[in-house]
Amino acid sequence: MSPALRRICALVRKEFLQVIRDPSSIAIAIVQPLFLLFIFGYGISLDATHVPVACVVDATGPNAREFIGGLYQSQYFSPRIYGSMAEAEQAMIKGDAMATIWIRSDFERQAMTGNGKIEVIVNGVDANTARLVQGYLIGHWGQWLLKQGATMGLELKPRIWFNAEVRSRNYLLPGIIAVIMTLTGTLLTAMVVAREWERGTMEALLSTPVTISEVIVGKVIPYFLLGMAGMGLSVLTARWLFQVPLVGSHWLLLAVSCLYMLAALAMGLFISSFSKNQFIAGQLAIITTYLPAFMLSGFIFDIHSMPTVIQWLTHIIPARYFVTILQTLFLAGDVHGLVIKNAVYMAGLAAFFLLLVARNSRKRLD
Amino acid sequence: MSEAISLKHVSKSFRVGKNTVQALNDLNLAVEKGIVTALVGPDAAGKTTLMRLVMGLLLPDAGEITVFGHSVQREAATVQEMTGYMPQRFGLYEDLTVQENMELYAELKGLSRQGRRERYDLLFRMSGLAPFTSRMSGRLSGGMKQKLGLICTLLSSPQLLILDEPTVGVDPLSRRELWQIIRNAVENEGMTVLLSTAYLDEAERCEQVILLNRGRIVGQGRPSSFLEPLKGRTFFVTSQKGLRRDLALELSALPSVVDVALQADGVRVIAKKGGLEPLCGVNVTAIAPRFEDAFVTLLTQAQEAPSLTGQHSAPNASPCENAPSLTKPLAVGSATNEDVIVVKDLEKWFGAFCAVNKVSFTVKRGEIFGLLGANGAGKSTTFRMLCGLLPATRGVLQVSGENLLRASSRARMKIGYMAQRFSLYGNLTVLQNLRFFAGAYGLKDKRREERIQWALTEFGLTPFQDFTAMALSLGHKQRLALAAALMHEPDILFLDEPTSGVDPLARREFWREIHRLAQRGVTVLVTTHFMEEAEYCDRLLIMSRGEVLVQGAPQELKAQYGMASIEELFVSLLERREERL
Repeated sequence: MSPALRRICALVRKEFLQVIRDPSSIAIAIVQPLFLLFIFGYGISLDATHVPVACVVDATGPNAREFIGGLYQSQYFSPRIYGSMAEAEQAMIKGDAMATIWIRSDFERQAMTGNGKIEVIVNGVDANTARLVQGYLIGHWGQWLLKQGATMGLELKPRIWFNAEVRSRNYLLPGIIAVIMTLTGTLLTAMVVAREWERGTMEALLSTPVTISEVIVGKVIPYFLLGMAGMGLSVLTARWLFQVPLVGSHWLLLAVSCLYMLAALAMGLFISSFSKNQFIAGQLAIITTYLPAFMLSGFIFDIHSMPTVIQWLTHIIPARYFVTILQTLFLAGDVHGLVIKNAVYMAGLAAFFLLLVARNSRKRLD
Repeated sequence: MSEAISLKHVSKSFRVGKNTVQALNDLNLAVEKGIVTALVGPDAAGKTTLMRLVMGLLLPDAGEITVFGHSVQREAATVQEMTGYMPQRFGLYEDLTVQENMELYAELKGLSRQGRRERYDLLFRMSGLAPFTSRMSGRLSGGMKQKLGLICTLLSSPQLLILDEPTVGVDPLSRRELWQIIRNAVENEGMTVLLSTAYLDEAERCEQVILLNRGRIVGQGRPSSFLEPLKGRTFFVTSQKGLRRDLALELSALPSVVDVALQADGVRVIAKKGGLEPLCGVNVTAIAPRFEDAFVTLLTQAQEAPSLTGQHSAPNASPCENAPSLTKPLAVGSATNEDVIVVKDLEKWFGAFCAVNKVSFTVKRGEIFGLLGANGAGKSTTFRMLCGLLPATRGVLQVSGENLLRASSRARMKIGYMAQRFSLYGNLTVLQNLRFFAGAYGLKDKRREERIQWALTEFGLTPFQDFTAMALSLGHKQRLALAAALMHEPDILFLDEPTSGVDPLARREFWREIHRLAQRGVTVLVTTHFMEEAEYCDRLLIMSRGEVLVQGAPQELKAQYGMASIEELFVSLLERREERL
């Protein structure tokens, strides 16, 4: 074995021993990814199901009964009948109901003239849920109207592409993989390098015949493997525990993940090349990579609805490209054109940050 | 060629905020092969910068550095291959075992696989680390960590060894062992050693000494060559009356005196050129100069504006009336018979581990009491209990008449505490730090302003009042920390290794201040690793593994055990104990 290779092996071995023995590395590399997966898998859902709805039915007729009956069959609502509007209002105030549906006594008569109206009052405190409930009710209303029309031979069949079950989990979990890889790739890497400066081990290291590129490779290899392990763990959990479909090719997924891991590591090394203090390195990594991967990657918030300036900003965030690829591969399959285009951008950013690292790292203390 | 290291016209400056600090200024230097060269000097003299430049870890602004004929700027890799370097905080991986650390550095230094076992065995045997190879290096004592750092740098038998303060913060016994390892490397393997140290007795035992101050060389040569100009200027003064530290304070006020230091039962005095003026009421004996005397004199000269000396005539039998009379009775007797600190059968258990075992001692008002022991002897634990920072498991603990086990907050108002790492707010200015501490002790309005003014003038901090604490030199940080601890005029002062890492000049100044405080009736309890400082104490106590080995006045103890110095006493006591265990 050449001396350089031996030195790299020794450094990688050392790094692994440190990861195994340091609880904070384990926490960032293993515990936190699992924690995020469980939060997004079980806790956070952008869907509303079994929304409590207060129903006040003053009308007595088959149409009104059928409409309310339809609500009972829907998984989105759990309706409850109240005797009067005053009672329903109380239920809204107490938070027992998210919305009230009022079918007035003249409903049947109006419906006959093709002018049937129901009144819907939605609790707007939680704007997101309110909008969902509103949407669902309108959908339900539309479906009911169509069903009425079906007697006349009309039928509408809704089709949703790529996420047929319309489960938010199906696009949140692939997205979270990008966040998890940023965590190990950038945050952990930036912090372990800063720790070497802080504890004075870097000075001792640099005084040996080791070269600066060997030091960097000695950091890249272990955290690359660790990050990919986190990625594998996330894919398995998403696939088997949360039943997220993976339509695209596994090999393509592995290849683009490697590319993203490289970009994340390059950013981590770049941060640590100028901040030699763990606290600052950690803060910088969180603000410049972790939070953007969360908020500006299109993983939760749609990029098209962001202000133009912020939209520009998302172009220098590698996570943006990776999230697009992940959601495509998981839900739509191997759309080669889209995947390759995004992968090229990602590779460009990785190369850019690696170049900065190479420029900024010298085997010196100043 | 007999030069291991050569520097020609080397300059290096750093930018600190808006200012540029000249760390090294047109330095010319040669370090000889096959010997130990000591680099000494006050804080910020440029010692560490010099070592980093030689290692190629910094680039000089100007000049040429060569190591065994190789240019450091152009052949850094070659130089690093033949040099072993131990930075001040040696980079041991604390979560790796002793063995794993050794293996890592063996690989990094390209040690061949065969023969590696033997090298490990030899180094482990030499350092006494053989029984601890599977221990995490973070759980070694301070002395053992330093030894491990040293043997890691020795692994590849480098031709040149560069050690940055290898013995700082290490107890005397470990210090001796470290020196044995270094000597071994020089004598058996022909290594060249360049090391920096704050211990001047260590420098005196080296073949060559380089004295650096503010980036320039103040002196270079064999230790004995530094003593030449001091011939006939060093004296030992004793007096029958009063305390020796009061005598020292009076002597230091004389115009012909450069410096004073307590030693044995008297005071060591360095006089200006022309010697000491005749003194009355005391015994003056001429003594041989030491390296430390030269260090202090050279640096004092460098700091003061050069003035013509020699106006004093040689001391001869002159009438007593003209000579200053010393050791007049003091207005306030400093040490009285009142016991200010009473500790009886003090115990501290951490689970099944006994950190402090039945420790008893008393300290009188105005006394300076020293707490000595190897790393891990239980000094710091005892200290923390006395300050009320850690509850005692058992025993009596009285400070200033208050039972610390019960009324700890009232007792704490009478205590000033200066922690090991100075606990200052680095990004606050000197003035802001003082304001904060005054506020923390509940001082208000006029009294607060008075105390702050007092602190600034008393400790010479007025010119630095708008500097951030971070930007101060270690010596000034120490003064500021002491000032902060004294804000509320405490009766008792606790100092936990107050001089660790501080240069000898600042250390002397610090002790002078402590003596002045004791003279005013402040009781001082201090821990230290500097054995010469132990001699400055009125009484002291040596601990090992939680137990008291001996206590008493330094002179008494030395006489009782037939030892020339407290350091010898300390080392022999600990060695004897190790053998017994």
